[in-house]
Amino acid sequence: MLTLEDWTAIALTLKLASLTTFILLLIATPLAWHLAQTQGWWKAPLNALVALPLVLPPTVLGFYLLVVLGPKGWVGQSMQALGLETLPFSFTGLLVASVLYSLPFVVQPIQAAFSSLDRRLLEAALTLRAHPLDAFFTVALPLSKQGFLTAIVLGFAHTVGEFGVVLMIGGNISGETRVVSVQLYNHVEAMNYQAAHSLAALLVLFAFSVLLGLYYLNRGK
Amino acid sequence: MKKRLLSLVLLNSVYSSVLSADEVYVAVASNFFAPLAVLAQAFKAETGHELKVSTGSTGKLYAQIEHGAPFQVFLSADSKTPQQLVAAKLAVAESQFTYALGKLVLWSSEPNKLAEPVEVLKKNEFQHLALANPTTAPYGKAALEVLDSLGLSQSLASKQVQGENISQTYDFVATGNAELGFVALSQVQKEGELTQGSVWLIPEDLYTPIQQDAVLLVRGQAQPAALSFLKFLASKPAQTMISAYGYGLPKAD
Amino acid sequence: MVMLTAHFQLKLEAFELQVQLQLPATGISVITGASGAGKSLLLRCIAGLESPQIGYCQFKDELWQDSSRRLFLAVYQRPLGYVFQEACLFPHLTVQQNIAYGRKRVALPQAQAHLELVLALLNIKHLLHRKPAKLSGGEKQRVAIARALAVNPKLLLMDEPLASLDQAHKHEILPYLRRLQQELALPIVYVTHSPREITQLADYLVLMEAGKVLASGALQAVLTRLDLPLAQSQRASSVIQAEVLAYDAEFELLQLKFSGGILSLPHTELAKGNLLRLRIYARDVSLSLQPPRLLEASPSLPAQVLAWVDHSSGYTTLSLQVGHEQLLAQLTRKAATLLGLKLGQTVYAEIKNAAILS
Repeated sequence: MLTLEDWTAIALTLKLASLTTFILLLIATPLAWHLAQTQGWWKAPLNALVALPLVLPPTVLGFYLLVVLGPKGWVGQSMQALGLETLPFSFTGLLVASVLYSLPFVVQPIQAAFSSLDRRLLEAALTLRAHPLDAFFTVALPLSKQGFLTAIVLGFAHTVGEFGVVLMIGGNISGETRVVSVQLYNHVEAMNYQAAHSLAALLVLFAFSVLLGLYYLNRGK
Repeated sequence: MKKRLLSLVLLNSVYSSVLSADEVYVAVASNFFAPLAVLAQAFKAETGHELKVSTGSTGKLYAQIEHGAPFQVFLSADSKTPQQLVAAKLAVAESQFTYALGKLVLWSSEPNKLAEPVEVLKKNEFQHLALANPTTAPYGKAALEVLDSLGLSQSLASKQVQGENISQTYDFVATGNAELGFVALSQVQKEGELTQGSVWLIPEDLYTPIQQDAVLLVRGQAQPAALSFLKFLASKPAQTMISAYGYGLPKAD
Repeated sequence: MVMLTAHFQLKLEAFELQVQLQLPATGISVITGASGAGKSLLLRCIAGLESPQIGYCQFKDELWQDSSRRLFLAVYQRPLGYVFQEACLFPHLTVQQNIAYGRKRVALPQAQAHLELVLALLNIKHLLHRKPAKLSGGEKQRVAIARALAVNPKLLLMDEPLASLDQAHKHEILPYLRRLQQELALPIVYVTHSPREITQLADYLVLMEAGKVLASGALQAVLTRLDLPLAQSQRASSVIQAEVLAYDAEFELLQLKFSGGILSLPHTELAKGNLLRLRIYARDVSLSLQPPRLLEASPSLPAQVLAWVDHSSGYTTLSLQVGHEQLLAQLTRKAATLLGLKLGQTVYAEIKNAAILS
């Protein structure tokens, strides 16, 4: 059914999605907190910027990453100046792209949870001698659990389903950048439909279980 | 009032010409997309028929045709895929012919990089060598053959990055992400001049000729305009245009 | 003795708080005023929940805030308890965990015995394992009070803690508040706009209007100041202290003694010697120029006219000296005119009704 190459792609995809989700939680939590709290003029532009990957075709994001991260782009040039290798065609590059690409899927549910949080509960915690950070971890976080679960599921699933960006900057390298969606695409391109079917069925099953789980999660609220 | 009458007349004439002209749905491998746009203009000027062009990699277009895409003519990047379509009774056998010979080049966006191309490849002092996915793109397969012929496929295996099709491979090199890449000559030259960087026109004995075949699809059988486009493609003026884009021409039988 | 010295200047978009205030060290200080007067904002400033442009706040000998020296103690560093208008219990924690939240974050928490006392006083021991969602409004507010007390605060701030409750629940909590203050000897600053809560709870009253302090002082003094809107309203009242003298079981009358004489009120029996706080509505006091005849059911008390003010509604409010206490009386302007009152004149005040507050 599935070849060794397929399993390599699956393992790589899971590794990519887990790491992406983990990094995104670290980035998205303070970002979402800030967006939920601030009334500054930068709120709207920042919101728009975060949502950009939602509406941009993945190929656009991929193309810009290819240009900016490449040796002629400013990021690529600064990396080279620091003696680092450029990011396209590497797992790290894919990770950076996935983090950008899945950003809104993680930021937005957390931001929504933070926004619906009763501010007075945090003030109550402060008057009960909790340091603001303490109040954040003991009051804001537990009360936003639902938002975080949704964010984790969506961030993970969306990274698994990522294709356009990977295609643009991945370079189709086995074990490094050839994730499941690309492997599936290769099968189709090579007219190897049987193999394509197996992988596609697996992805459909995955997506369905994720959405089903999310549905139950939200119903259990 | 006068103006309105005039526009009505104009509209009428456009309308009637549309009525007499037909539309031909053409699927074209991505390397031939640019020349086809020019050919389409010439074809329209000559016959009034309009081309509706879809582009993609040969493998993807094959999958679409197999699953009922409404294409009438297929311009492949190889000869194998049209044969498969014929075998699958999706294309008309007698209509298949070679409309162009793809020419593979090794290209870099930096000038002077490829003064001694084989040496550059052998020295292996670069990060990435781009080629199209060899399992799906004919130009990618040819690129692998070149590396094999030079005895470099082992030593350069870890440097290879693959574009999904030949256009993306071009992007990898153009943006500098890959220092070198195997692309189509038609992509890097215009009217016989190199557009950017440096190039090595690869000797044709290093790879199997890339025969790009056209074929009439079953869905185009009932459309006379489709057949007339294939005739136009084989005509002298069209072949001259194709050659100007950096393709070789099939030897006359 | 001064407990709290506060000076705040806070500019918001359409409002400016400009307050200079000193509160006494004991008892309950009530801040009142119309809605939008800035009462809650002032309380939030004291707590450190707001950052006023100019701010100075000293509690006893601790300086909490001094903008001129760039000193600002954050909320969580001030030894206070805060009760919000809505209970603001943490919904993900049980009652017990809510109460423990602040308690485990202080170096010197309320002693277990004290806490037990608070739980008993507030009657919430049986609720400890419930989640807030399963509590009634009154229960929630009682838990919120216990939670604030559990950190063993040196000062308790309460922002309209009863405003969100219905009448029945208010009655349920009000009696606890005064007892709490007495049992724990804890100074309280209490914000409310309810006249009932003012007269029932306040020892010291601060009246605010449009972001400024209009008047402040001992409860009786502020209540009977005729130049303030309190005395001019239909519900103007004064408060006196009285002691239970005797009980007449036949007529169910309580005999009360205060510095101005003796009152009798229909009431259930209370122990002799009990100290009570009475609220007397100005409209329940009537005046006559004649001394009372003997054997009258509720004898009139001699009083001296201190001042009066006519207000637009056709009424006149007078302030009277009765013993050491000041009483307010409200007559129609016509009745007052017919009496031909003079300043310093002695009249006889009949107190037709009084409410026992504690």
